[in-house]
Amino acid sequence: MVTTPLLPSDYLDLVSPLRAGADLRGRIEAVHPETGDAATIVIRPGRGWRGHTAGQYVRIGVDVDGVRLWRAYSLTSPTDRRDGRVTITVKAIPDGKVSNHLVRRAKPGTLIQLDQPTGDFVLPQAKPAKVLYLTAGSGITPVMGMLRDSEIDDAVMIHSAPQPHDVIFRSELHALVADEKLRLTEVHTDTDGMLDIARLDELVPDWAERETWACGPAGLLDAAEEHWTEHGVRERLHTERFRAGIVVTGDGGEVTFSASGKTVDADGATPLLDVGEEAGVLMPSGCRMGICFGCVTPLKSGAVRDLRTGKITEAEPGVLIQTCVSAAAGPCDIER
Amino acid sequence: MTAIDPTAHLTAEQIEELGRELDAIRDEVIADRGEKDAAYIRKVISAQRKLELVSRGVLLFSIFPPAWLIGTAGLSVAKIMDNMEIGHNILHGQWDWMRDPKIHSTTWEWDHVSPSEQWKHSHNELHHTYTNVIGKDNDLGYGIMRVDEDQRWHPFHLGQPLWNFLNACFFEYGIAAYDLELGRNLSKRRRKNPEFRARAKAVGRKIRKQVLKDYVIHPLLSGPSFLPTLAATFTANLVRNIWTHSVIMCGHFPEGVQVFERRSIKGETRGQWYLRQMMGSANISGSKAMHFMTGNLSHQIEHHLFPDLPSNRYAEVAVKVRALFDKYELEYVTGPLPKQVFSAWHKVFRLSLPNKKPKVKTPDRERELVAA
Repeated sequence: MVTTPLLPSDYLDLVSPLRAGADLRGRIEAVHPETGDAATIVIRPGRGWRGHTAGQYVRIGVDVDGVRLWRAYSLTSPTDRRDGRVTITVKAIPDGKVSNHLVRRAKPGTLIQLDQPTGDFVLPQAKPAKVLYLTAGSGITPVMGMLRDSEIDDAVMIHSAPQPHDVIFRSELHALVADEKLRLTEVHTDTDGMLDIARLDELVPDWAERETWACGPAGLLDAAEEHWTEHGVRERLHTERFRAGIVVTGDGGEVTFSASGKTVDADGATPLLDVGEEAGVLMPSGCRMGICFGCVTPLKSGAVRDLRTGKITEAEPGVLIQTCVSAAAGPCDIER
Repeated sequence: MTAIDPTAHLTAEQIEELGRELDAIRDEVIADRGEKDAAYIRKVISAQRKLELVSRGVLLFSIFPPAWLIGTAGLSVAKIMDNMEIGHNILHGQWDWMRDPKIHSTTWEWDHVSPSEQWKHSHNELHHTYTNVIGKDNDLGYGIMRVDEDQRWHPFHLGQPLWNFLNACFFEYGIAAYDLELGRNLSKRRRKNPEFRARAKAVGRKIRKQVLKDYVIHPLLSGPSFLPTLAATFTANLVRNIWTHSVIMCGHFPEGVQVFERRSIKGETRGQWYLRQMMGSANISGSKAMHFMTGNLSHQIEHHLFPDLPSNRYAEVAVKVRALFDKYELEYVTGPLPKQVFSAWHKVFRLSLPNKKPKVKTPDRERELVAA
């Protein structure tokens, strides 16, 4: 009542955004380059941070050009870091808005939004005796979290990267090898070509007896899943995929109104508001010309095109679209 | 309806071309919208909250007259900022593109007795779509005043200078009542409508909270300064109300602003819609501080053309918009605040008395449209 219509927390956020009880945020404290296109971001999480298990990832919300974008990154710091900081290691992907921003432009002192860490790509409580890590590119990041966190008696890693200098954490990996804590095979795909999964027998003869954690591009994981299934040891393979799927954009598409359970085909020129009303979905509406924001609705998946500017908006958590000036740009799911 | 249609010299093609040029101005800002704009609104929100906190802190000691003065002044400014540059503009969706759920048209609630949700409907949807269309846009005279020669005169209008003055003093309650469409909803049948009752309840809840905060809790927190704090919050609300009422009057009421007949918007094209916004709005000229304190509604013309562009961009957009006014030989109605306020009030007084029917009833463009 004292602060209505705001909450006391709105005022406290002005002075202490990382305090207990605030929405979970973090502050970037340092950015350390790892390779030419990867960097480790040191983050001090707010007091509400519940801690993570090695191998888990965290969703972070970063403001890029003023727009808040959410992405998931694996945590690469050990779970018992004394100073309470955590790190993520980010590889800039071509045209990746968030990854390029974090690797090349992020400044210490910046506040970011955090979710609690999550994911079941983790080592079990009872540590297996023999482990294989099968990684490629930035797929090394969750595994690095595991390597830094827990010692396994017999750990083998096969890691693929285009060239030696593209291997993230290379010196640290080699130090582990020198200490006999890890056996490592580097595959340099620019010279050696892609890893042929059939070579596993030769590289790690006892691969089928090992609990395996694999992380990397879809091609590698698909091949691994097939290989492990073929040999009847699929339950030993744990995989993590970074990208659920690429959004297919086109002209029109199948529109799902998930709250009312209706699916209809829409062309690329009809506003989703009309599409929904035509299908008998109760749609909020207003001016019908894009000025009143009375029709904004969550876009759960897929992509839509702004009929005024042609701009494509892809689904991300928290994205709302104006249904009166947006048309389907491929299959999409509207929460109505 | 003025006797002479100031847009009569434009051909249909020119009007569509004008629409395309305005679209291009809009696209340019959208393409360039980014980090600086986001930083701007965050800074304004943070400054407003700090100013409000400090002012309320000072008012705890408002038993001392200098503290009363400083606290009241600070709180007045804070309330004006919350209402104008922050609340009004966020609720227009001007900052939705940031995807920050805390600065978003669907979540923002302002320090005002009208619930955001209702205000968005009557303001964004009705007023901005049907700008200055008699019978469709209730902002024209707020249903209690006659603002155009063509509206029928009624003895009730004799009192409109007084109604307008009272509306200015208690503007936020006027807006709340107006969002509820009390005028037409108070009939016995309408009053029982469950949808209306729900909205009336929401307003009641909001008023209760606002009044409790401003006139009970904060004065009580001030202990011995109870009465001075009460007077301070009342004054701050009064200042904010009169200020916003004045600014808003300048947006559509001054002489030279056009109003339109209901049938003139039938089948309106995008170009014609833009043209109506241009002819139906008026600006206030002045310093940067002036623009800021009006929530950039001093750029009312630009705001009506592009209600969802970030307010901090209206100043630069105004230069280009004004060039279009010149190019198409249209009158850009603007002037300093005192002049515009006087002009608006002058109209309120003038139209409180009956007048002769203007000679030419329908401007050419409208006739053309009706024929089409």
